[in-house]
Amino acid sequence: MSVSPERVPALDLRGIDKRFGPVHANRAVSFAVRAGTIHGLIGENGAGKSTLMNIVYGLQSPDAGTLLVQGREVHFRHPREAIAAGIGMVHQHFMLVENFTALENLLLADGAAAGSAAGRAAAREKWDRLALDHGLDVPLDAVVGELPVGVQQRLEILKALGRKAEILVLDEPTAVLTPAEATQLFQLLGRLRAQGKTVILVTHKLREIMAVTDRVTVMRQGAVVAELDTAATSLRELAEKMVGRSVLLQVEKGPGFPREVLLEVEQLAASDDRGVPRVKGISFQVRAGEIVGIAGVAGNGQSELLETLAGIRTPTGGAIRLAGRDVAGDDPAQRRRLGLAHVPEDRLKLGVVAAFAAEDNLILGQQERPEFGRGVLLDRRAIAAGCRQAMAEYDVRPGDPRLRLGAFSGGNQQKLVMAREIGAGPQVLLVGQPTRGVDIGAIEFIHRRLVALRDAGKAVLLVSVELDEILGLADRILVMNGGEIMGELPRAEATEEKLGLLMAGVRAEAGHED
Amino acid sequence: METYTIIVLLLAATIRVATPLLLAALAGLFSERAGVIDLGLEGKMLGAAFAAAAVSAVTGSVWLGLGAAIATGVALALVIGFACITHRGNQVVAGMAVTIVVSGLAPSLALAWFGLGGQTPQLTNAAQRFTALPWPGAEAARAMPFPGLMYAELLAGHNGVVYLAAALVPLSAWVLYRTRFGLRLRAVGENPHAVESAGIPVNGLRYRALLISGVLCGVAGAYLSTAANAGFVRDMTVGKGYLALAALIFGKWRPVPTLWACLLFAFTDAAAARMQGVALPLAGVVPVQFILALPYILTVLLLAGFVGRATPPKALGVPYTTEK
Amino acid sequence: MSAPAKLPRWADLVLLPAVSLAAALLLSAGLVAVMGESPVTALRLLFAGAFGTGDAIGYTLYYATNFIFTGLAVAVAYHAGLFNIGAEGQAYIGGLGVGLVCLAGGSWPAWVVLPLAVAAGAGFGAAWAFIPAWLQARRGSHVVITTIMFNFIAAALMTYLLVNVLIKPGQQSPESREFGANAVLPAVHGLLAKLGFEVAASPLNLAFGIALAAGGLVWVLLWRTRWGYRLRVAGANPAAAVYAGINPGRITIGAMLLSGALAGGLGLNELAGSQHRILLDFPGGAGFVGIAVALMGRNHPVGICAAAVLFGALYQGGSQLSFDLPRINRDLVVVIQGLVILFCGAMENVWRGPLAALLARLRVESRESRGESQK
Repeated sequence: MSVSPERVPALDLRGIDKRFGPVHANRAVSFAVRAGTIHGLIGENGAGKSTLMNIVYGLQSPDAGTLLVQGREVHFRHPREAIAAGIGMVHQHFMLVENFTALENLLLADGAAAGSAAGRAAAREKWDRLALDHGLDVPLDAVVGELPVGVQQRLEILKALGRKAEILVLDEPTAVLTPAEATQLFQLLGRLRAQGKTVILVTHKLREIMAVTDRVTVMRQGAVVAELDTAATSLRELAEKMVGRSVLLQVEKGPGFPREVLLEVEQLAASDDRGVPRVKGISFQVRAGEIVGIAGVAGNGQSELLETLAGIRTPTGGAIRLAGRDVAGDDPAQRRRLGLAHVPEDRLKLGVVAAFAAEDNLILGQQERPEFGRGVLLDRRAIAAGCRQAMAEYDVRPGDPRLRLGAFSGGNQQKLVMAREIGAGPQVLLVGQPTRGVDIGAIEFIHRRLVALRDAGKAVLLVSVELDEILGLADRILVMNGGEIMGELPRAEATEEKLGLLMAGVRAEAGHED
Repeated sequence: METYTIIVLLLAATIRVATPLLLAALAGLFSERAGVIDLGLEGKMLGAAFAAAAVSAVTGSVWLGLGAAIATGVALALVIGFACITHRGNQVVAGMAVTIVVSGLAPSLALAWFGLGGQTPQLTNAAQRFTALPWPGAEAARAMPFPGLMYAELLAGHNGVVYLAAALVPLSAWVLYRTRFGLRLRAVGENPHAVESAGIPVNGLRYRALLISGVLCGVAGAYLSTAANAGFVRDMTVGKGYLALAALIFGKWRPVPTLWACLLFAFTDAAAARMQGVALPLAGVVPVQFILALPYILTVLLLAGFVGRATPPKALGVPYTTEK
Repeated sequence: MSAPAKLPRWADLVLLPAVSLAAALLLSAGLVAVMGESPVTALRLLFAGAFGTGDAIGYTLYYATNFIFTGLAVAVAYHAGLFNIGAEGQAYIGGLGVGLVCLAGGSWPAWVVLPLAVAAGAGFGAAWAFIPAWLQARRGSHVVITTIMFNFIAAALMTYLLVNVLIKPGQQSPESREFGANAVLPAVHGLLAKLGFEVAASPLNLAFGIALAAGGLVWVLLWRTRWGYRLRVAGANPAAAVYAGINPGRITIGAMLLSGALAGGLGLNELAGSQHRILLDFPGGAGFVGIAVALMGRNHPVGICAAAVLFGALYQGGSQLSFDLPRINRDLVVVIQGLVILFCGAMENVWRGPLAALLARLRVESRESRGESQK
């Protein structure tokens, strides 16, 4: 078979298969990436995209299947070999040494010697030139940890280009970017394509795929379910392929009947762990019988807001009132006693102890409640009974209270967390990314529970980066950008376009807080 | 003895005490800068001290003794590497374990081989020990107190290992801050994932760091049994490995400050020996035990942030896996 | 590269430590052979030395008492996510508390002195652990390093006190005067004799019972109380602890106080139970044996008691061994102890993979053989 060089795919995956114990992360994945194109790889969290790209980059090796780069079969055992074959990768979590300067980080990736002053000068010149060529503005002598994430990402791209990457893989590159930074990134990717580079864009955001890619591969549950030309497809078709059914998430709910204010936030300010202000004096209210959604690009202060409301993070200013009482100085336990519950964004980090049994996770945060013990002692029987009941009510499988929590699927873990937090009978529920890493069936269940809680006259504050989720659940929507609330819209007036503008930091002229 | 002479002799003793401390601290520096906690310093040093004395006693060559000491240090470092790098075991536990094994193994082997109740035979022959290098005119200079005595006691009058240890400080600094290897080594202690993703094997780097640590501990041990003393005795490191660790922390994981920390700690040690029962102005008689405990107290104060701040390498003690 | 293989619970709790112990003993047997003695003889002597006679068993359990205390101390800290290497120093200072009460209580009745001694041992041990705990909780200094430092500081302090303050006047060796008869924990052989059972005399004393009770108490505290739950959450996932309204700093301090108090129990056994005076270096490394015991006992009181008896046997049998075999001394036991720490604590991933594979194969084979025919 004679093919011209242009026709040889830059990257050709054939039957890639990978298991982690019981999890079948990649099921005989095959697709090809044409040279000189931007190829999208889309799928929900947990669809197997990251595993696949780790295999492409030599961080993991497949159990079966072959990988061809520029038509040559390769078997990477280490990123070094992938780099040598011309593959560069920008990870979701940047692979940078934070207390090194930008230049030191580049030298780390560079084969060149850093010993002599002359060698350093030559290296600096080389990287300066390369940065200029690609329009990548990076201050070489700045300490990386002090640079904005957008600049850190440029540094990562520069690093890959400096190693002569012909194929550039970007894993969820916009997760931490502002819309403006994302636009800049997409312009850069366009320039790289024009220079003949091949780009693989891994994302779960449909809009990005539509905006910049030439072709797209859709993955679901470890397998490729579609391969399409972007020009010949639509948002709707992609969404259907991604979630595996034709209807986008649609929650059945009647109109809400908001009553008295249960949660009131006034001029609240908070900083992240490094002391950078992330919540900048915001005010809002959540009433009994309504779901208030907070939309926004990840990293615009929503996480810090949620943690501050829950009492995990100390506010640097402002007031938090729970049913009229100022709780800004109270710890999480005191707030819980006052009727606050919290389903955290990062379940495994905050919300559960993976090494503990399910029943022991069911009393996390509730460990002082009288029904779980007598005096200082715990009542194991009552705890187990409570767990069994919650498992039945929330359809948690397998229904074994003694099973280690880590052995449950993400969806079942989340249902346990929901069961625990709602079971505590809160007046106000804080929910962060309730369906992250959760399978479709569980998503529906969780959404129904949240609506039921609202209908029972409780207040729900929902933080989500999934616009569909916000639009489907919230009665009122606040949009956060750069630590501030850009605007507020009643659900009836909210459209993707209006929200998109607010998320991008363009303040709304109407519908602003009174 | 007049004060001047006492001070010079005190400083000379400081240098002698500081040498094994410095070698061990630099050993720990390489290991910890690469992200591997080095609680095995004590054990590696003790094992090396035994190996040096045993081989030197049997072969009559101090150089073969040194070779055996280095081989022992390296072998023990490899055990820690196998447990902690290859199999991602607990680094604190591995270091402790190696130290405990050696503290039992060395006297056991000494008893079985030499039958002297856990010691090696005395090294009486000059070829079995590192002795002071002859410096021109050192003996003659001694007669002239200043600067002759200082020349004879502080500059001259030491064995080769002392000078080697001194030279290793700038050399270590150069390797860490001026070479590609050093850059990677520091990076792997901060963010091993960044290093792996740059195509450099993390484990390979960490093994190399441990090997350096093994070699330096080997030299330190050889110094103890074949230079500072004439043979191996049970537990002859008496906590020097931990003191070196304290010096390393006190030096904030940097070579030159670590040198000063070693000298400070060695000075307290040397001073303690001289201050037994000596009344100081204002303070009166300072208990010798307090002076001996001072390095540990100072290190605790430093760690608590009461005197400066010591920030360890970020990935220190975290086993490296490619999975999240 | 893959994550450490998962083993069934029983294998994790029993098989893994057993394999580690076997590997440690096998290596030590090789060492015995290298030293020119027969490993079989050595093992026989070791066993006989530890369990062969009544007084041997007494000594074994007497050593085990120390190791239960220090093993529990390490385990409690472990469950709170802390590695307490300072049990040695805490035991040393705890013993100071015991000794001071016993020396001071010259004319008080035993039922006053002894409970006070128990309290003082626990209190002094806890106090010595408090400083590193407070420094970790409030100042962020790592407890591993500070507890090591505190071992040395404790040693210096005790040397100073014994040489300058507590020494019996007119005596050369740095030891206190002997405690009065009212400040001595009753020996087990004495207690049994009152009940009509004749057993050989040994230093085994009431502290053994206190150690077992401490084990039971630790179990209840950790697994049956709300405080224990908070402690285990803080150890397993500090961020989740904050989420759950648990103050990790307070847990750190509480866990270390309990840990130090348990370590202080060693002073009870050694001073009030056996030596009847304060002397230099009486913990004798038992704080470090505690690490081996906790690791091998899987940080559970039952496992710790079993591992402590095992190490007690090694220490007692080991000293017997050095009488009978001229080429071997007690240091051999230290080697075994170190190897157990190495294999149980740092190298268990080495066995984990092969063991998981072996168990999987055995399961398949047993299923096949059942399918074929009834054996």
